[in-house]
Amino acid sequence: MEDPNIDDGDQNRETEIAPALIAVHPAHQSVAVAVGSDLRVFNLQEGCAVTLGDSDDLDGKSSTNVHKDSIRAIRYGANNGTLFVSAGDDKLVKIWATTTWRCISTVVSEKKVSAVAISSDGLFVCFADKFGVVYVVDTQGISGEQGSTNEKGIPILSHYCSIITSLEFSPDSRFIISADRDFKIRVSVFPKNPLHGAHEIQSFCLGHTEFVSCLAFVFGQDYPQGLLISGSGDSTVRLWDFTCGALLDTCAVGTEAGYLETDGKEGECRPAVTDLCATKDGSLVAVALQSLPGIMLLSCDISARTLSVLKVVSISEDPFIPTSLGSGSLKQFLWMVMGVSSLQGSDLASLARVRVLSGFSKSNIATLEEHKASLLDDKDIPGRELVLQKLQGTLSIEKEVLSSAAEAVKTAMRNLLIKKHYPVEKREYRKRGRNDRKNKHR
Amino acid sequence: MMEHESNVNPTLSKSTGLPRKRFYRARAHSNPLSDSHFPVPVAPSQFDYSSHYPQISNDSKKIEFADIGCGFGGLLISLSTLFPATLMIGMELRDKVTEYVKERILALRTGNPGQYQNISVVRTNSMKYIPNYFEKGQLKKMFFLFPDPHFKEKNHRRRVISPYLLDEYAYALAVGGIIYTITDVEELGEWMKSCLERHPLFEPLIVQELEDDPVVKLLSTATEEGQKVARNGGQTYQAVYRRRTGPIE
Repeated sequence: MEDPNIDDGDQNRETEIAPALIAVHPAHQSVAVAVGSDLRVFNLQEGCAVTLGDSDDLDGKSSTNVHKDSIRAIRYGANNGTLFVSAGDDKLVKIWATTTWRCISTVVSEKKVSAVAISSDGLFVCFADKFGVVYVVDTQGISGEQGSTNEKGIPILSHYCSIITSLEFSPDSRFIISADRDFKIRVSVFPKNPLHGAHEIQSFCLGHTEFVSCLAFVFGQDYPQGLLISGSGDSTVRLWDFTCGALLDTCAVGTEAGYLETDGKEGECRPAVTDLCATKDGSLVAVALQSLPGIMLLSCDISARTLSVLKVVSISEDPFIPTSLGSGSLKQFLWMVMGVSSLQGSDLASLARVRVLSGFSKSNIATLEEHKASLLDDKDIPGRELVLQKLQGTLSIEKEVLSSAAEAVKTAMRNLLIKKHYPVEKREYRKRGRNDRKNKHR
Repeated sequence: MMEHESNVNPTLSKSTGLPRKRFYRARAHSNPLSDSHFPVPVAPSQFDYSSHYPQISNDSKKIEFADIGCGFGGLLISLSTLFPATLMIGMELRDKVTEYVKERILALRTGNPGQYQNISVVRTNSMKYIPNYFEKGQLKKMFFLFPDPHFKEKNHRRRVISPYLLDEYAYALAVGGIIYTITDVEELGEWMKSCLERHPLFEPLIVQELEDDPVVKLLSTATEEGQKVARNGGQTYQAVYRRRTGPIE
């Protein structure tokens, strides 16, 4: 029992499931979905699927399984989207050029990677591992042609023994924000030369009472620095002034979504927030909740520094519980994916279902009724059947399969980040593998 | 009255009223990686000052000295009378040892009315929860006396002084605040000094400042551990550094 992060044979199988992820190019040029080790990209501009080139592929055969284990984080570079990063349990961070979709660099990590971020100028890629260390990679050191492999990141900061769940750069990239499983959000100054570390802590945003799962920024012309929004397993979404760590507003989204009643089970009444996606100006914040089929829409008033619930967009016909959200900054679409890898009891190795919400943009919101965000039918989404074929792997998914996936997602999303507390009897059993005892063996 | 109390509670000595160490025996080592079940304040504003310092009525007074891994409380007790107006806290991971210190402080407060009201102890993992207890720049002094050396190289990352954790200590310390470290293990002494030397937010105190600081002498004499080292004629290695302003970009 040296380290709580080491996988144990006894450990719950649910924690091995990797939720599906989605990311959208800032200018809506492409959209990417990661399910398990599979990375699927669709070029929206040209309306066709993308075959990923990997510099490791010597024989020229294209292969989409470029990661050897579950992908845990994907991201496009902020402003111009010329870079794309994918990383995960295979301890590799792959940096892609989105113009050619060739992997231009593969960075090796010592531990499994749990989060990635790209600075707004695209100069630096940061990634975090499951031991709480955040590393930086200088993208200028990468030559475009020959993809370099076996590069290493330089550690810049660490959350002591805590899984980092989310990594974000502030809009001007002066700060890097890291959130962990132990309820903390750390705001660190990101120096012009970060290769010597990010030692100066600007603030801590403390207030969540469960793991922090996701971060998002909102900013406006009057507030270029921006405000930070965070989602957590404590079923709240919070608004922060991250320069001083002040908690500005808390939105109890679990309660708002109608989960007030307790059925006696702790887990039921506090659904975790699993992902956030905000329009840049904060006019709309989409929130994915652990057990909610659909999403909640919040609105952030930057000048008043408040968060409020707009409405719940629920999906009645399909049990669609998003595991990841994404949007570009220009178009008004919110892309959502529900999926898991290694679905038990099914022939499918992995499952992903993609849906799109339109009307996800700034609008003068006076009343709920006027707001026009609505779920699109499959035939109306950008790219139509082709995009679904590529991203989902298949065009249609049986309802039973979808339902079992929804069930798996419900429990898995929470178990991934809640630390298991073993009863005393079990602790002794778990210690049996220890070799540091001086006593005689049992 | 004292006698009656100690008849009821055998852990207190009949003569001094202070707790007896043998009822609070604990291993020297505790695993900082395991998440024990003790309450942690969500944020520094939630820290309950009134339960730790019941006689301090000034609401705006904040803790300024922190003894990390305070053990049996020797340093806190010496500092308490040296700086009677300063609030101090000891942080200790081991349950039994924390209980001992609590009892000791209570007994001292009872036996010396008006004194020892400015010190207290809390059971916590300071490697994970420093930001939960202290606001930015709140502390004036932080103490790391005879920390666990974690000899094996693979365990070096469990050391309480490390390049990463110094970021958090620099956060909790005010500019000009001082960090005091001492150990009797030479390799650890070099390690701690090296970490502090390399960290951009710390600078060493010059010899004159060390001589002028009354606290420095206490490092090797005030604690049980320090006294044991002195008894055995061992050498100690100290590194005392000041939190400075960060380099301007």
